[in-house]
Amino acid sequence: MSNPTLGNRLSKDDITIQSSSNRNNSLTCGHRACQGCGEALGARCAIDAAHHATGGKIIIVNATGCLEVFSCSFPESAWNVPWFHSLFGNAPAVASGVAAALRITGKEDIRVIAQGGDGATCDIGMGCLSGMFERNDDVLYICYDNQAYMNTGVQRSGATPPLARTATTVPHKNYLGNDPQIGKNISQIAIAHEIPYVATASIGNIQDIEKKIAKAIHIRGSKYLHIHVPCPLGWGFPTSETIRIAKLAIQCGLFPLFEAQYGKLYGSIPIDDPIPVEDYLKPQKRFAHLFGKNATPDAVSVLQEVANSNIVKYGLNGGDI
Amino acid sequence: MQYQLEGSQAIAKAVALCRPKVICAYPITPQTHIVEGVGEIIRSGELLNCEFVIVESEMAALSVAIGAQAAGVRSYTATSSQGLLYMIEAVYNASGLELPIIMTLGNRAIGSPINIWNDHSDAMSVRDSGWIILFAETNQEALDLHIQAFKIAESVGLPVMVCVDGFILTHAYEPVDIPSQEEVDEFLPLYNPATSLDIHKPLAIGTMVSPEYFMEVRYLAHKKQMDSLKIIQCVRDEFRRKFGRDSGGLLREYMTEDAETIIVTLGSVAGTIKDVVDDLNLQEKKIGVISIVSYRPFPIDALKDSLKKAKRVIVLEKSLAVGIGGILFQEIELVMKDTDAEVFSIIAGLGGRNITKFMLQEYLSRKSCKKITFLGLKEEIITKEYEFANFCGREGEV
Repeated sequence: MSNPTLGNRLSKDDITIQSSSNRNNSLTCGHRACQGCGEALGARCAIDAAHHATGGKIIIVNATGCLEVFSCSFPESAWNVPWFHSLFGNAPAVASGVAAALRITGKEDIRVIAQGGDGATCDIGMGCLSGMFERNDDVLYICYDNQAYMNTGVQRSGATPPLARTATTVPHKNYLGNDPQIGKNISQIAIAHEIPYVATASIGNIQDIEKKIAKAIHIRGSKYLHIHVPCPLGWGFPTSETIRIAKLAIQCGLFPLFEAQYGKLYGSIPIDDPIPVEDYLKPQKRFAHLFGKNATPDAVSVLQEVANSNIVKYGLNGGDI
Repeated sequence: MQYQLEGSQAIAKAVALCRPKVICAYPITPQTHIVEGVGEIIRSGELLNCEFVIVESEMAALSVAIGAQAAGVRSYTATSSQGLLYMIEAVYNASGLELPIIMTLGNRAIGSPINIWNDHSDAMSVRDSGWIILFAETNQEALDLHIQAFKIAESVGLPVMVCVDGFILTHAYEPVDIPSQEEVDEFLPLYNPATSLDIHKPLAIGTMVSPEYFMEVRYLAHKKQMDSLKIIQCVRDEFRRKFGRDSGGLLREYMTEDAETIIVTLGSVAGTIKDVVDDLNLQEKKIGVISIVSYRPFPIDALKDSLKKAKRVIVLEKSLAVGIGGILFQEIELVMKDTDAEVFSIIAGLGGRNITKFMLQEYLSRKSCKKITFLGLKEEIITKEYEFANFCGREGEV
C-alpha cells in the first residue's frame, strides 16, 4: 500500500483511518454537536475504525444522551450506518437483543456496538451493562466519558471527578465542588466481570482508539472501551482546546490508557515525563475554584494523589502492572 | 390434541408453536412458570433456532426483545405486576417504535402493600401505552390468543400484551387443545418485517422527533390502534376457520339477547359470573354477560351495539383508579352516554380476594345499588383502621 503522506513523517502503523480519504464518515457532517465536541470526534473515530475493520458490517445501538440528540433530529440523521436508539438506561440490553437476533440467524459476521455517555454507562444503564457482561453477549460497548450529564446542562454523574464544578456541585464557601470521591471507575468494574477485553482510550490519541477498536471488534463476547472525551461547554475551556485537554489528562496520569483481558491488566501506554495535575486542571473552569485568590492546594493534592496512584497502578512509568 | 395442562404450560406451548427467535426471561410470580416452560421447550430441543436470553431485570427483558425485534426477528417475553412497572419505559418505547413484540402479562396486584395475587392493576397501568391489550378468559383462550397475537402484532405492526389472570389461569390445570405445528405454521407465516436494522439499507431508528412532527406521530399511533379493531376480528375469523374454535375477537357475549341487565367484565371472572347468571336466568331475571377481549383498542362501537337494549349495565372490574374509582367503569359510561341505561360500578377481587358466586348473587338480589360498590369489603377492618389512625394521628387542627 502506498503511503499517502509525503516523505516518511508517519510510520505506516500511525496513519489513521480518520486521515484517509476512504474513511466512512459514519457520523457525518450536519449534526448539531457543539463546536469542539470531544464526544462527536470520539464517536466518529471509533465507528469509522469499526466500519473499516469489519468492511461496514456493524450495527450501532445508542443510549439517550448528547450523542443521540445531536446526531438524529427527525427527519435527519448524521449516521451512515444502521443505528438504533431505544432508551437512556437500556442500550446494553438492546444490543444484547440485536446480537441474539444476529446469532440465531447466522449473521455473526455483523458486529454490534452499543454506545453511550458516562451517565448512561456508569449510572442509569449500569445494571443492563453488568448483565450484558455477565452473559458475555457478543457486543462492544463504548463509553464516551465527558464526566457529567452534559445533555441536560452539566450535572454531576457517577463519573464526575472529585472537586469538579457541575450544575449540581457548585462550589461554595465550605464546599469545594464534587465531594472528594474517586468517581465511579467503570473500567475496573468491567474488568471485574472478567470479560474478554477492556480498554481505555482518549481522543488525545486517535491512533490508539483505532487500534483498540480494530482489536476489540473481532473478539467474541463482551468488550468494553472507555473513551475520554473532553467537553468544552461542561468543563469550561475554549473549543479549540479539546484535544490538548485530552492529551494533558493522559500526560498527568489522571486518565491512564490501559488494556485488560479476562480480568487481568496486560498493557498500558507509558507517560515519559508526567506533568503536574495542575497543568491539566488550570485551563478548565470547572476546577477554577481550586486556584487563584482562594487557592486550595490541599484539594489539588487529592487529585495529584489519584494521578500518582494511577501511574504506579497502571505502570505508566514503564513499571510492572 | 387434548392435554391436561397448567395455564402457564399451555401458554409456553403456544409461544413455542409460533417459532419466536429470541425469548427473554426474568422471573416474577405469577408468570414464572411460563418462562420456565419455554426455557424447557428450547433446552429439550423441541423448539429449535431460538435464543433463550436470561436477563437481570424486566427492563432488560423487554429491552433485549426490542433489540431483537428491531434486528428483524420474532421475540417474546413475559412479566407481571412490579415487573411491568419496572420495564414501563421500555413498554412505551416498544409501541412507539412499532415493534410487534408479544408479551404475556400474568396479571397481579401492584404494591405497596406487596401482594402476589391476581387483579388487573398492572394491565391498567399501561392501558395508554399504545400496546394492543387482550384478555383471556380460559386457559384454552390464553393459548389461542397467543397464536393470534403474533398474527395481529405482525399484521398491524404493534406489540401485543396477552393478559392472563395470575394463579387463576397461570397455575390452574384445565384441558386444552394444542394445535399441531403444521397448523400453526399455515396460520402464522414467517416473520418478514419491511424495515429492520440492515447493513445493506442503513436506517436510523428511534430518532428525536420535535414539536413539528410529534402530534402527527401520536395521531397515527391512535389511528393504527383503532384500525387494528378490524384486524383483530379478521384474525379471529381466520382462526375459527383454521382451528374450528371461537377465540379472541373484540368481545364475547353471553345471554345478552333479551337481557335487561348486562354485566361487563375482563378476564377469567367471566366464568364465575356466567355460572351465577345461569342460575338467575332460570328464575327469568334476564341477565347477560359481556367479557371484553380487546381492551386496547377499546371496542366502543361493538360495545354500543351489544349494550343497546340494556336497561342496566354493571361493570365488574379487578382494578381501581384511586381518586376516581373504576377504570373500565368510566369507559363503559362513555359507551352508554347517549342511552337511558343506568351504569353501576363494582370493584372486586383486588389483590386476589375471591369473587364468589354467593357475593355476586347477593349483589344482584339487592333492591337498590350504590353507584360504586366495593364487593366483599370488610367494614370491620376499615372501622378498626380509622380508630387506629385517629389514635396515632398528629395532634392539632387541620
